[in-house]
Amino acid sequence: MDLFEYQARDLLASHGVPVLPGGVAETPDEAEAIAREIATPVVVKAQVKVGGRGKAGGVKLADNPDDARARAQDILGLDIKGHITHKVMVAQASDIAAEYYFSYLLDRSNRTFLAMASVEGGMEIEEIAVTKPEALARIPIDATTGVDTAKATEIVDAANFPAEVRDQVIAIAVQLWETFATEDATLVEVNPLAKAPDGTVLALDAKVTLDENAGFRQPGHAALEDAASADPLEARAKEKNLNYVKLDGEVGIIGNGAGLVMSTLDVVAYAGEEFGGVKPANFLDIGGGASAEVMANGLEIILSDPAVKSVFVNVFGGITACDAVANGIVSALGILGDEATKPLVVRLDGNNVEEGRRILAEANHPLVTVVDTMDGAARRAAELAA
Amino acid sequence: MSIFLNENSKVIVQGMTGSEGSKHTQRMLASGTAIVGGVNPRKAGTSVDFEGATVPVFGGVAEAMKETGADVSVIFVPPPFAKAAVIEAIDAQIGLAVVITEGIPVHDATYFWAHAQGGATRIIGPNCPGLISPGRSNAGIIPANITKQGRIGLVSKSGTLTYQMMYELRDIGFSTAVGIGGDPVIGTTHIDCLQAFEDDPETEAIVMIGEIGGDAEERAADFVKANVTKPVVGYVAGFTAPEGKTMGHAGAIVSGSAGTAQAKQEALEAAGVQVGKTPSETARLMREIVGG
Repeated sequence: MDLFEYQARDLLASHGVPVLPGGVAETPDEAEAIAREIATPVVVKAQVKVGGRGKAGGVKLADNPDDARARAQDILGLDIKGHITHKVMVAQASDIAAEYYFSYLLDRSNRTFLAMASVEGGMEIEEIAVTKPEALARIPIDATTGVDTAKATEIVDAANFPAEVRDQVIAIAVQLWETFATEDATLVEVNPLAKAPDGTVLALDAKVTLDENAGFRQPGHAALEDAASADPLEARAKEKNLNYVKLDGEVGIIGNGAGLVMSTLDVVAYAGEEFGGVKPANFLDIGGGASAEVMANGLEIILSDPAVKSVFVNVFGGITACDAVANGIVSALGILGDEATKPLVVRLDGNNVEEGRRILAEANHPLVTVVDTMDGAARRAAELAA
Repeated sequence: MSIFLNENSKVIVQGMTGSEGSKHTQRMLASGTAIVGGVNPRKAGTSVDFEGATVPVFGGVAEAMKETGADVSVIFVPPPFAKAAVIEAIDAQIGLAVVITEGIPVHDATYFWAHAQGGATRIIGPNCPGLISPGRSNAGIIPANITKQGRIGLVSKSGTLTYQMMYELRDIGFSTAVGIGGDPVIGTTHIDCLQAFEDDPETEAIVMIGEIGGDAEERAADFVKANVTKPVVGYVAGFTAPEGKTMGHAGAIVSGSAGTAQAKQEALEAAGVQVGKTPSETARLMREIVGG
């Protein structure tokens, strides 16, 4: 889960990282009130989870509270690369004497954590890595020992931070690690880490990504979810504990197992090329169990998507036998009754497949077509959606 | 021969007394696996009756190994306790720890991976279906009745695509099928399995199944080019996945231009691996190689 800038800032501040005073506003009035509480000038920043806000007009300076209200008025509602701005952060503006870069992240390739630091901040890290690779220190972090003052010193010295900020940056590096480790983050990136004219080092902008698998021990993280801009179908699916992602095609997809469902999307898109570019409408993994109730919940979500014209149910009976899945489909259609209005193509294979197909044949539901192979069924579903 | 698991493997189950653990212990026993014990400190000294076997419960992994000679542990312990369970298996120096549990925080997986370095334990998973050497032993949740012992080696990030591929090629059979798991940090990689299959005289050809996220497939492609003489057929899932969305598996995410299915397919093809457009086409490519 990626956080908004203001959430990242609050999280860092709660672990002692120095940040500038400020707050988040959903209306121009709130923006003005925040500007009154802190010293002006302020900066008003669109809260969207995408880069390039400044160029899109989403970051403005304001000299006084009235000005902050006007700038918030301009920015709220702004569409930045497809992300609508629902909130702005109003923070004290700071003159900047120098910009640095500091991050911790999960390094998947090497199965470890990595610290990256540079005294060349202010631009995107990808750009620093390409234009000044020698200026980017990359220090692996042993997950069993983490970052103490000695390790932080190693990172800071490897990046050649100047002597006048060295001790401050070492302290911040330890605080950022504490944030990364105790919050179960996979990314904590401060860019810029800025030196103010008075020599104070501050985190001016931050990106934080949290591990959703750690929710069971991070009770505060659920509140950080961005419910407002979630797709309504995705939100409803989440309430029902379904693993669902909305896509932009016409063939609704239900399958079991993440890999098989991803593969099903690809096979449908591939088959859809023949029928004017028909595409999958969603990702939905109903998992190994595939009970009637889960099948009904999944079908209900998919059938309520107005973009869906046909549905492809693709199940490999591994742990779950195909007869149980077939019974699940039949009872799901019974539960849905008149709500089920779109054609279903079903492909079953694996454990007890003959019995599964027999159950579907016997039920003889007018909306259901059974096709024996995954490729053939994908083709039929695409054809029905064309 | 087979890789990592054979008819002599003695298997214990951490979390055997839980609902998933007991269900799959029964299935592993039914497929002929030598299950020699379970681990649960609160039920040490008791035993559990399964159909056809009574399995003793030990207080810890080290004790279970000492009493039974176990060399494999299959771990079903829930996410909040999984890190401690894996560390216990590593500290007991068991040869193979198969972590089935889904939903382990990546900080925990990174920790136990680091802890295992320099030790005696191979970790498979987490968030994986385990591995099966058909007709010999089954450590995890892969259905044993899909196929038989044979000449193909299979390594896959995905459970159900493993089952699908085993089913498509069920008449030819498999030496070993390894589900390495779909999490961002996993113990055993495609490369580890490719090396083991290359060294296994019974394996004639290898199917490698990948999916979006990370660069494991690209690294595996480089490895195939440099080190694998046996034919390799590949499949990659996730061409239609949008950027920035996690597709079911915690590790299945395209970030910017990194981790795309397209890049993985191109890397594999550049290494001489034939890549199927669909699972069925992939199976056909393998059939052309091994005959049958």
